[in-house]
Amino acid sequence: MKQSEFLKTVMPFKDKVFRVAKRLLVSTEEAEDATQELYFKLWRNRSKLKDYKSVEAFAMTMTKNYCFDRLKSKQASNLKLIHSNYQEKDTPLQRRVELNDSVSLVHKLIENLPEQQKLVIQLRDIEEYEFDEIAKMLDLQPTAVRVTLSRARKTIREQLTKQHNYGIS
Amino acid sequence: MGLANIEKLLEKYLDAETTIAEEKELKTYFSGDNVAPHLQEYQAMFGYFSTNKNERFTKTIRLKSQKMNWKWLSVAASVVLLVSVYTGYQNNQQKKAERIYTETQMAFGMLAANLNKGNDAILKLQHFEDTKNKIFKQPKK
Repeated sequence: MKQSEFLKTVMPFKDKVFRVAKRLLVSTEEAEDATQELYFKLWRNRSKLKDYKSVEAFAMTMTKNYCFDRLKSKQASNLKLIHSNYQEKDTPLQRRVELNDSVSLVHKLIENLPEQQKLVIQLRDIEEYEFDEIAKMLDLQPTAVRVTLSRARKTIREQLTKQHNYGIS
Repeated sequence: MGLANIEKLLEKYLDAETTIAEEKELKTYFSGDNVAPHLQEYQAMFGYFSTNKNERFTKTIRLKSQKMNWKWLSVAASVVLLVSVYTGYQNNQQKKAERIYTETQMAFGMLAANLNKGNDAILKLQHFEDTKNKIFKQPKK
């Protein structure tokens, strides 16, 4: 696979990779590193890409695995303690989020979900993949994806309603 | 789109039964201004999803790994090490040679001094011989 051809297949979903990585790793810097690392890996394996029906789904699986590995090694080296010290660089998004309190609340609520639920919410509600695609990416049954997603959505809804009512009364 | 319909969609949404198209409908509804008051908590949720989708990866992606540089760095380091060891060795050899030279010189100096001492002694002996010859008659030839 030539470089131009490679770029044409993998570049369209670089933002998705980045967003998914950020959802799991929280900090922008780490997500950037992860994205960069993932593209190295894809480039190194470019000869094998033809064998995959969907390079994008393959890349998403790789992203997921890479991020889970990162999280695991972070836990192992106790870096998790420092986790809260990561200061977000002032991205335009972050500023926009801070302007809107309830939207940033949603961000926090998703952050508190279990990893798998976070991932499914990201892939479905933000990246808008079909259930079949998500199932393939995560190596799950489509029904399992639905159950996870439903749980995640209900949790967020409940928390939001609680917050909402609290705000009013 | 009627409110009843939206409520039904939300129900399905929470059970993860909606299609992508239906979810898009919900997103459009909640991005509008006419959101029913009792559904307002959903607005933040769908609003967040839409904003988040706009986040971009802004850095440029490099395909050539930087690990190559590390490889070259190690090669350079080993060359430097080799050169320094070699010059160090040379230096050491030279110092050793100098030390041996001075030591030999010292040894020669000592030898010369001792030889001179021997000469003095021989001179004295000669003197003794002469005096002895003066005192004792030499046998006639």
